[in-house]
Amino acid sequence: MSVTVDAVMLEARAGSLAKRSIKTTAKVAGIRLAIGCMDLTTLEGKDSHGRIRSLCAKALHPAPHLPDVPSVAAVCVYPNLVPAAKEALRGTSVKVASVATAFPSGQSSMEVKLADTAAAIAAGADEIDMVIDRGAFLSGYYRAVYDEIVAIKAACGPVHLKVILETGELGSYDAVRRASDLALEAGADFIKTSTGKVGTNATFPVAVTMCEAIRDYARRTGRRAGLKVAGGVRNTKQAMTYLVIIKETLGESWLTPDLFRIGASSLLDDLLMQYEKQLTGHYAGRDYFPMD
Amino acid sequence: MAIFEYAPAPETVKAPIREQYGLFIDGKWTAPRGGQYFETVNPATEETLARVAHAGDEDVDRAVRAARKAYDKYWRKMRPADRAKYIYRIARAITERSRELAVLETMDGGKPIKESRDFDIPLSAAHFFYYAGWADKLEWAMRAGEEPKPIGVAGQIVPWNFPLLMAAWKVAPALACGNTIVLKPAETTPLTALALAQIAAEAGLPPGVLNVITGDGATGAALVGHPDVDKIAFTGSTEVGKAIARSTAGSGKRLTLELGGKAAHIVFADAPMDQAIEGIVNGIYFNQGHVCCAGSRLLVEESVHEQIVVRLTDRIQTLRLGDPLDKNTDVGAINSKMQLDKIKELVGTGIDEGAVLVQQSCELPERGFFFPASFFTNVQQSHRIAREEIFGPVLSILTFRTPEEAVEKANNTPYGLSAGIWTDKGSKNMYIAQYLRAGVVWCNTFNQFDPSSPFGGFRESGFGREGGVHGLREYLAH
Repeated sequence: MSVTVDAVMLEARAGSLAKRSIKTTAKVAGIRLAIGCMDLTTLEGKDSHGRIRSLCAKALHPAPHLPDVPSVAAVCVYPNLVPAAKEALRGTSVKVASVATAFPSGQSSMEVKLADTAAAIAAGADEIDMVIDRGAFLSGYYRAVYDEIVAIKAACGPVHLKVILETGELGSYDAVRRASDLALEAGADFIKTSTGKVGTNATFPVAVTMCEAIRDYARRTGRRAGLKVAGGVRNTKQAMTYLVIIKETLGESWLTPDLFRIGASSLLDDLLMQYEKQLTGHYAGRDYFPMD
Repeated sequence: MAIFEYAPAPETVKAPIREQYGLFIDGKWTAPRGGQYFETVNPATEETLARVAHAGDEDVDRAVRAARKAYDKYWRKMRPADRAKYIYRIARAITERSRELAVLETMDGGKPIKESRDFDIPLSAAHFFYYAGWADKLEWAMRAGEEPKPIGVAGQIVPWNFPLLMAAWKVAPALACGNTIVLKPAETTPLTALALAQIAAEAGLPPGVLNVITGDGATGAALVGHPDVDKIAFTGSTEVGKAIARSTAGSGKRLTLELGGKAAHIVFADAPMDQAIEGIVNGIYFNQGHVCCAGSRLLVEESVHEQIVVRLTDRIQTLRLGDPLDKNTDVGAINSKMQLDKIKELVGTGIDEGAVLVQQSCELPERGFFFPASFFTNVQQSHRIAREEIFGPVLSILTFRTPEEAVEKANNTPYGLSAGIWTDKGSKNMYIAQYLRAGVVWCNTFNQFDPSSPFGGFRESGFGREGGVHGLREYLAH
């Protein structure tokens, strides 16, 4: 039985965390952290091998002219593009994550979902981002959702599993909390907010709720699971707020790519622009940063 | 090593502070007749901010005469819609100068800038806006057959915990109803009331309608005892409130008192637990616990006592104590040395009585008056820390077994200002609320305020209401 969540107070709490003032040295450290914890993502129908190669180049060296900017944690792509990404990132620290299980809707048979996962792993994926069956969850078939996660986790073996709750479709914070607890109990290495493919993606209150679930689970079992926020994280200020949320609910020890990821695409450019601003005191135009 | 430590984020707006302040009487700044001044200090640095006039009996008399004259000459006769214009002007001026007023409030009183910026100053302006709207609609505040009439000269004495806000709660409805005012701010926090005087002058408020006199308890006593004052409104300690009640008894003066509290904050086992923790934190650590309606007596259902203690222990470690002007500070400075000593004394008593103290582990600044966020477990109803108002960041945690016991323990106090309830069941919330003897009961929230909502106490927490139409009626003779 999950603890219940009061929306009014939760949103007030998230709002107060969003008001933390992150300046100067904190901002520089925060931007580096956010880049180092990023899953640089492309999940579009028009993704091609060429697009993956250029994304991977940027993932490895986000801004060659800026000192101390780390590589991102991973790139996140569709399963069929995993080989291209692995090829481009061979011998580097950047991991390749693949979405699977009939992403983004999860509307397919269990056989297809398992095959989808197995194919991504066979192609070399280091991490799997699965989606839960929201239809089953909203119908109250929690056991089915749980069993599915357990099955995918078994198929993953040592490969890291992130479980996407698609919180924008769950309808309430109580449901977010329940889905978080369920995924954690089923063995998720990470729980992840969103696919980025529906109207509402990661929000601050949702992130707070998921952090609280992770914290309570760690307190109960000793196992530390991670959080991935994804979708709609476009600017540095939002990224800093997610770092604040992690720091003040889970603690600083969670601020590592092993336990925290931001799934994003355009965010990286804003982080780099803000980083350069902190170093030089003025903004450079977008054209001073490589595209992608 | 810290990997994401917040860098200092000081508020950069400067508040203009004069070296010396006189008394604001009859629309002019005047020197006190006795020539005496006292210093107001920044409790976070112990540095003197300004010298402030000490109003003696003669000054109090001058202020009351000015208020009487303004009442007869201008204010009672003015068209209500015109009175409203002045009040709106004051409201707008507070909004326009909100940043500097926030800085001033924080420097003079020690509260975190995020609270003065997001709570005290905006809510002060909101009260002026709200009551400005009432000025020409007073008949709607009346019962059938009643006609709205002002009372006359109001003596208003406000405390140091929310200096401008408490002034706004009193000044705005008094002005809207056509009364004139002698306002006395607290000795340790006079600066925003003096800024309000300046704002009133710049708004063109007729001279004498609002007079601001500074001083200590003797000044307040002189104002209370002045024969030409028609109404006293006091917010402060129960002890002083009782003295005022005694001294005004039989004088024909109207009186409203908003006094101390020892609010029960009840958490049931079915509460939304993480939000309840936030409510507890807000309830007791907001404004360093210098809050008359603070949720200082936590009553938790025995079955969740342990998990609440675990959660709260972790949570208070994340509170940031320090420079009140830093935008990330959660716990600022204790208002005065005297208050700090009182908190330390009561905490010592708690330890002696056998309660177990848990505190945030952080270094306190070398200068200034600071006390860490603290709570006691193993507290019994009979302990002093369960009965007396500590008025600091110190929570007492007690347990209960059944809803009946919760209500019984909650009401077992001479006070009755506020209470809080946390449960996921709406029906239980409403059921328990109706049995709590408290002026305000917050359900699944705490410390929520709005100008349209009345606020005030039962029993030793005082009588009379501020805010809303109820607060308006306290300034009407009917």
